[in-house]
Amino acid sequence: MSVRRLAAEQPESFAFTPELEEIAKALIAKYPEGRQASAVVPLLWETQKAAGGWLPEPALRAVADRLGMAHIRVLEVATFYTMFNLAPVGKYFVQLCGTTPCMLRGSDDLKAVCQRRIGDERHVSADGTFSWLEVECLGACTNAPMVQINDDYFEDLTPENFEALLDNLAAGRPVKIGPQNGRHGSEPLGGPTALTDPALYAPKAKQDEPAAPAAAPTTGE
Amino acid sequence: MAKIVVDGTEIEVPAEYTLLQACEAAGVEIPRFCFHERLSIAGNCRMCLVEVKGGPPKPTASCAMAVKDLRPGPNGEPPVVLTKSPMVKKAREGVMEFLLINHPLDCPICDQGGECDLQDQAMAYGADTSRFAENKRAVEDKYMGPLVRTAMTRCIQCTRCVRFTTEVAGVPDLGAIGRGEDTEITTYLEHAMRSELQGNVADLCPVGALTHKPYQFHARPWELIKTESVDVMDAVGCNIRVDTRGREVMRILPRTNDLVNEEWISDKSRYVWDGLKVQRLDRPYVRKGGRLVPASWIEAFAAVAEKVKAAKPEKIGALIGDVATVEEVFALKTLMEKLGSANIDCRQDGAALDPALGRASYIFNPTIAGIDAADAILLIGTDPRHEASVLNARIRKRWRQGGLKVGLIGEQVDLTYSYEYLGAGPESLAALLGTGGFADAMKGAEHPLIIIGQGALARADGAAVLALAAKLATACGAVKEGWNGFGVLHTAAARVGALDVGAVPGPKGLDTKAMAAGGLDVAFLLGADEVDVEPGAFVVYIGTHGDRGAHRADVILPGAAYTEKSGLYVNTEGRVQFANRAAFPPGEAREDWAVLRALSEVLGQTLPFDSLTGLRAKLMAAYPHLGRLDQIEAGKADDIAKLAEKGGAVEKGAFALPIEDFYLTNPIARASAIMAECSALQAASAAEAAE
Repeated sequence: MSVRRLAAEQPESFAFTPELEEIAKALIAKYPEGRQASAVVPLLWETQKAAGGWLPEPALRAVADRLGMAHIRVLEVATFYTMFNLAPVGKYFVQLCGTTPCMLRGSDDLKAVCQRRIGDERHVSADGTFSWLEVECLGACTNAPMVQINDDYFEDLTPENFEALLDNLAAGRPVKIGPQNGRHGSEPLGGPTALTDPALYAPKAKQDEPAAPAAAPTTGE
Repeated sequence: MAKIVVDGTEIEVPAEYTLLQACEAAGVEIPRFCFHERLSIAGNCRMCLVEVKGGPPKPTASCAMAVKDLRPGPNGEPPVVLTKSPMVKKAREGVMEFLLINHPLDCPICDQGGECDLQDQAMAYGADTSRFAENKRAVEDKYMGPLVRTAMTRCIQCTRCVRFTTEVAGVPDLGAIGRGEDTEITTYLEHAMRSELQGNVADLCPVGALTHKPYQFHARPWELIKTESVDVMDAVGCNIRVDTRGREVMRILPRTNDLVNEEWISDKSRYVWDGLKVQRLDRPYVRKGGRLVPASWIEAFAAVAEKVKAAKPEKIGALIGDVATVEEVFALKTLMEKLGSANIDCRQDGAALDPALGRASYIFNPTIAGIDAADAILLIGTDPRHEASVLNARIRKRWRQGGLKVGLIGEQVDLTYSYEYLGAGPESLAALLGTGGFADAMKGAEHPLIIIGQGALARADGAAVLALAAKLATACGAVKEGWNGFGVLHTAAARVGALDVGAVPGPKGLDTKAMAAGGLDVAFLLGADEVDVEPGAFVVYIGTHGDRGAHRADVILPGAAYTEKSGLYVNTEGRVQFANRAAFPPGEAREDWAVLRALSEVLGQTLPFDSLTGLRAKLMAAYPHLGRLDQIEAGKADDIAKLAEKGGAVEKGAFALPIEDFYLTNPIARASAIMAECSALQAASAAEAAE
């Protein structure tokens, strides 16, 4: 984490689109009258989506005014949660996990790929397609190293398949979400290694229950 | 009530007390940074950790744990709190070490040095060293306006300032952005704070992150002489402490008085001190050939005596300004009586208040502390936020507790709390005598409160409006056994005291308007700067600043400002308060009572006292209630009933607000560069809002 600031360059204004207004209405309706401020996090999230993946300063004010909150209160929320981007991001926003398990499995190599292909961290590539950011653990350590691109996880990466993935995204070709090395989920690579005895899965005759263990030894009074 | 054992002493406290309060009740001091009695509980500094038995088996933040949350022992013993155990000592040392990780060691250049909570508590509860070897965090300073200076690296994120602006001031300007180590206190995009109580955040700040900008690098607390006094910027009579070094007032701070200002003062009260040093009248002046030229006291008095002796008594008059003490008003009134003139008026704005109607008709009867009991408040022709900021904070405090209905008749203003707008003028007030809407709310309330401002009284039909308000007060049950909910909110610190001593026109006497409009040959202005005396009259101005009154004057007799004289002030509630002298008047200026005494001798009408003590003895013999300091001589409920019967025809037309610019209401404030800056900022902000 580092100090989060609003981007230096900001659009002039931000207006709720009719679609966003619909969403806002539905979100606010979830809370009792006078408690509409509770909708601030989901509404900021939806606003971020509508505004192209980041929250311009006029959008923060628009959300605050929509919810009847002081502007500073919304700024507090937006700067607190790292899921809110305060500066523009690329069409594909790569969040690269650099925490210990991913680092041990080679996230540094992925970082080098990002640096070479996209440029510096927190900068949008010249064509606006990509931007990247190193983030803390995204909770997919079994499939390390991994990145999150927009809403999807891409796991079990190597510099080669990561680069291919970026190529495919840039070219608009379909990509596979999830593990990139043939795994389906987080099962062992090459198939299961334990509980492989087919007998385990065969229908069995009912067996006697094993004897109950002896009563726990009692300590002194 | 619940029993609790604090450090081996069993005490009984209300069950909802926090452990911190219980410890204080047991006489044990608990260190704290974020906790403040008048703010909500945050529990984020962890300095108040104590060990409890009957609660979680870890150090507990005593500010956030209530006595009733603790379990009794297995045999019903009361829960135990330990504040001196090894665990507590270690916990405090640990917290202090954490707090100091990022706190700079810049005490020698920090304005808070010498009065810093962190400094004191690090000495008392901290360890002697830190195990932290890494670099300290640095934080960019933030702009918060012309009054509060920031050094945000020093901030320990107690969030007292954020809670104050949000809860007490009601202007949610400050916030904590970011998180963890990167938390920073700021305003939205570093906009200046928009509260008239913002100076208090610098008082609340336990470290040197927020300090008073006008005072920065001016003085050290140990070289200041502290004098307890009373503020005169509004009629609330906030208790203040004037800090002086040599002859110079260095700063003004609030004193705690739960009955008046709790522990807040407005920015005008706090930062007006630079106005005490400039534009001062430090020697007598006499107008010769159209120009004011310096003169000696003897020459000035002779010039006055010549004109007074030539004038008929009924063509001599006196106008009393807004910051005069009771003593000098009394002295001036006595002098006028001796000169045979009934022309004296303390109501510069022409408010229709008359001491003959009884004290209840012009004081704030419910008392400021009584606001806490009110459950319906009607504001008539007043903007308490700018006429009595601290009183407005009191209303807001009551409003935040819930169950308070507020109605407003007059100009629609932002009061920091929600209210029902009932109309602009007297007809809306008359409508409340009927039923429905807010009228029912007032009738149904147990402690209805009516606050009538000078905006409703300083007009041609002011007396009728006052009577109408009194009629409403009696009709809705605001005046009853044990509760008098009829309050007049004054804007001038001198007003109630002057009304108490009867500084209003006697029989056939002229009032302010008549006197200013050419009814006089000789006019004495005792710090009266808010009236324009028409050409023709010979004006003797006794005051402190080269302001409107001095520009009009033919003779200027330099007086002492409120920090430079000892005197009595009566606040809007009718509370008599004593202001001590903190400094001396500049140059040849003298205390106003002494000027009047000396002048009276030259006029051949020597006042019957030679000392301030003698003057006070005379004053208190005539008005015994002025001798009872910090007390209120309550108004009689019958007076309100009598006032209600007076009736009178009210006119149409909206109530105007008495204060145009909050920051520039008196000569001292108008001389202050800080107030001018605040005023300009406010005007710019208003212009921006209007776009």
